[in-house]
Amino acid sequence: MTGKTTSLKIKELKTDIGLIKDLEITIGRIIEEWEEKMGPTPFPSIKDLREWDHKLLQRYKPLYMPFCDLCCLCTMGKCDLTGDKRGACGLDIKGQQSRIVLLACCIGAATHTGHARHLVEHLIEKYGRDWPIDVGGVSVEVEAPVTRLVCGIRPKKLGDLEEVLDYLEEQIVQLLSATHTGQEGDNIDFESKVFHAGMIDQVGMEVADIAQIASYGFPKADPDAPLTDIGFGVVDTDKPVIMVIGHNVPPAVDIVDYLNDHGLFGDVEVCGLCCTAQDITRYNPKAKIVGPISWQLRAIRSGIADVIVVDEQCIRTDVLIEAKKVGIPVIAASEKNCLGLKDRTLDKAEEVVADLVEGKTPGALILDSAKVGEVAVETALKVAPKRKKIRVIPEVNEIVELSKTCTKCNDCRRACPNDLLIPEAINEAAKGNFSGLADLYESCIGCARCESACPKDLPLHSFIIKAAEKRLKEEKYKIRTGRGAIQDIEIREVGAPIVFGEIPGVVAFVGCANYPHGGIEVVEMAEEFAKRRYIVTASGCAAMSMAMHKNGEGKTIYEEYHGAFDAGGVLNVGSCVSNSHIAGAAIKIASIFAKRNLRGNYEEIADYIHNRVGAVGVAWGAMSQKAASIASGFWRLGIPVIVGPHGSKYRRMLLGRKDRKEDWCVYDARTGDKVYVGPNPEHLFYAAETKEEAMVWIAKLCMRPNDTSKGRAIKLTHYIDLHKRLYGKMPDDLHLFVRTEADIPITMKDEIKAILKEKKWKTSKIPDPTLLPRLIRAKEA
Amino acid sequence: MATAKSWQTAEVPGPKKALVISKPEVVVAMIKRSKRPILIVGHKAVEVEMEEKKLIDYMIQIASSMKIPVVATAHTIKEFLERGFKKAFHMPIVDITNRLQDPDWKGLDGRGQYDLVLIVGIPYYMEWLVLSSLKHFSKLKTISLERFYQPNATWSFPNISIEEWIKSLNKIVSDLEVK
Repeated sequence: MTGKTTSLKIKELKTDIGLIKDLEITIGRIIEEWEEKMGPTPFPSIKDLREWDHKLLQRYKPLYMPFCDLCCLCTMGKCDLTGDKRGACGLDIKGQQSRIVLLACCIGAATHTGHARHLVEHLIEKYGRDWPIDVGGVSVEVEAPVTRLVCGIRPKKLGDLEEVLDYLEEQIVQLLSATHTGQEGDNIDFESKVFHAGMIDQVGMEVADIAQIASYGFPKADPDAPLTDIGFGVVDTDKPVIMVIGHNVPPAVDIVDYLNDHGLFGDVEVCGLCCTAQDITRYNPKAKIVGPISWQLRAIRSGIADVIVVDEQCIRTDVLIEAKKVGIPVIAASEKNCLGLKDRTLDKAEEVVADLVEGKTPGALILDSAKVGEVAVETALKVAPKRKKIRVIPEVNEIVELSKTCTKCNDCRRACPNDLLIPEAINEAAKGNFSGLADLYESCIGCARCESACPKDLPLHSFIIKAAEKRLKEEKYKIRTGRGAIQDIEIREVGAPIVFGEIPGVVAFVGCANYPHGGIEVVEMAEEFAKRRYIVTASGCAAMSMAMHKNGEGKTIYEEYHGAFDAGGVLNVGSCVSNSHIAGAAIKIASIFAKRNLRGNYEEIADYIHNRVGAVGVAWGAMSQKAASIASGFWRLGIPVIVGPHGSKYRRMLLGRKDRKEDWCVYDARTGDKVYVGPNPEHLFYAAETKEEAMVWIAKLCMRPNDTSKGRAIKLTHYIDLHKRLYGKMPDDLHLFVRTEADIPITMKDEIKAILKEKKWKTSKIPDPTLLPRLIRAKEA
Repeated sequence: MATAKSWQTAEVPGPKKALVISKPEVVVAMIKRSKRPILIVGHKAVEVEMEEKKLIDYMIQIASSMKIPVVATAHTIKEFLERGFKKAFHMPIVDITNRLQDPDWKGLDGRGQYDLVLIVGIPYYMEWLVLSSLKHFSKLKTISLERFYQPNATWSFPNISIEEWIKSLNKIVSDLEVK
């Protein structure tokens, strides 16, 4: 046994009951031994991987873009931190920006970990501490790659996850405490802590997802997970409709169970938004997904639901106000989101149902998922036939009349995150032309800030919904339900082609729906790379957005492409917490394909991934603090992340400088020589301005120092091809990516050789790359 | 009436705010005084219609008249090339922002750092952040040529009408052409 324990050894102890010899008591963490050697950093503290972080941050230096020039976190402030000024506590603007990034990532990590804690406790109560963690049967032996890597343990039962959660919670507390006034003051050390928060977040997500996969029988690493319905138009409104919103699935599961137990499943529609919807379709693919996070307001206002059940995360905080307007009762099912409602957990279900049906209360807080199931179903059944369909979406003639009252103050446009031309559309609507409003629907992220800003209180978001009504009802698509983990066998098959570069890359579309021009851009990007035979993975709202478009044959991307972790695959791994499987796949390549020990061996595995696995995360609609922490988990593994233009509001990029040759040297593990390998990957975190730019950079950021010549030639082909098509010219940095003539794509040999000659290019070596001197084998010899 | 408030209402600045360009001659004077100006043009320059021209066409005229080096961000380089303007460099907006903060950067031509940044065509909120970054971490003077007030620039137009904007850009172009 090993681990962080307190041991007490007593040679001889005389007591009233007798003499005890050689007594040994061990208190604390007990870690199971298995054949894999424990690495140097099991359960790392906030400083244990600092050296690795600093290596990355030396190459990818933060570019700060302050979103606020002031600090108002303590009563000595507000402090003006403009330029080189310091606040009353001594902190400068770089420190403050990195501190805010850390705060955001702590919120993200705490949210996933809090979610995981609730799930594990709930599932232990339901299934017992000894319930086995099986996430893929014989196809998945490495059941928890992130947990193994970070914690050095191999969780076999639900109960084993409790100790992991204890560790995560402790780390989040330590990280959060570092943001207090007068604690950390160095921006680079703040950034290291950001990486730590991201790593903790990855473990928290993995714990949550493997617990629910194992307990609820979600698809287990299934490339052929069933297709399910998604879109506003798939909801059968002739039936009573229960709409679930959020991320934590137990209440939704209990709704489905109650319906099944009472033979009602086909009689009631269960649909949802955001990740709860993803997860309920993993539990029962006959449930339906309305859409991603941005669809909430339009879904509520449409009045299609007979009852709304909210759990936690990414729920509109005005859900109760909006539901009240259409007379839909709301059940709040998480103590994190009580909505000001009375706690009815201990009340009899029929009493709560009666109050909701009769409208005595607009909602109820019920912190017992089984009771939520019963109350939601019984309420929906009783409300549906009698609920007066209260209409909040105005009719066409009302829109015309209301639009005439617009004062053209522009406040709506100025409040819109995407600067949409709302006043022009309203002006046209006043004349009876609704095409402008309908067009806004595609780019509208559903925040309704336009309405809040309107001095005339015009329900502008509702105008847009009405104008796009036909489009909304025609939203009927198919999404592959979340498959969960990647199989070990899949990793064995693709490990070599990925590491050598012959599969040009793994592209992960993750995050929310804060898009600059609607979800269509994510579809276009995903399709481009699937066609090019990259492996395309997706999760959460991004996975949903990818489903909401059909090709010329009427098929969605999930119907057109296979769901295996292989070239040309398009995989939906599942909800937000399933993101951990994407990182897990990269980790498993190092472990299963390259036979590296991963147990408590974070630095070596991250070094392997950074130098060898051509993976890129794309969070085109990144919105939340969770998206920030998810990205930071990828950064510590050395995986670059591209965000959309709104992602610049994260206020810090991590950028390499390709013009600084000295930044791009690695050790050749064979010889110990320092070798220049080019800017691969050039950035660790960066916001692209347009999808065209993002596509060129996805191809570029998939290059790795370890690529074989064949692999590099393939990757260069994609980079050059996209560059020529979207930028209208050859890249001007090819000389930085070609190491030998064998790297040059055969079809462009003459053209590229001419460029290389002009740039005075010289052949360079392809090393066995590492950033870690301790991995140099010659040294050992 | 022109106002010096952030176009996107909630994007309020800190204590240090851009001076308002009350007349286009200010921009002309700043450019003519500058030893090393640089012009950054984002993709929105292609989207913005300005009577018979697009915003990018004005930028080509400004760059050409004073031989100002151009950085086309995102995929905007394609539009420059299609208009026969071959001298533009291309770089992501965050990359050029990063380099402009490095006093040791050799510049696009190897002749060192710049002293004046003209910027246009980046999404409002992104440009707001880019200019914030330059405000805090560089000594450069920055001029936003947008129609909307960018509070983190050194100089910015207030929120003006498209007609007024066209008039101002035409004036800048014509004055710069007078050597």
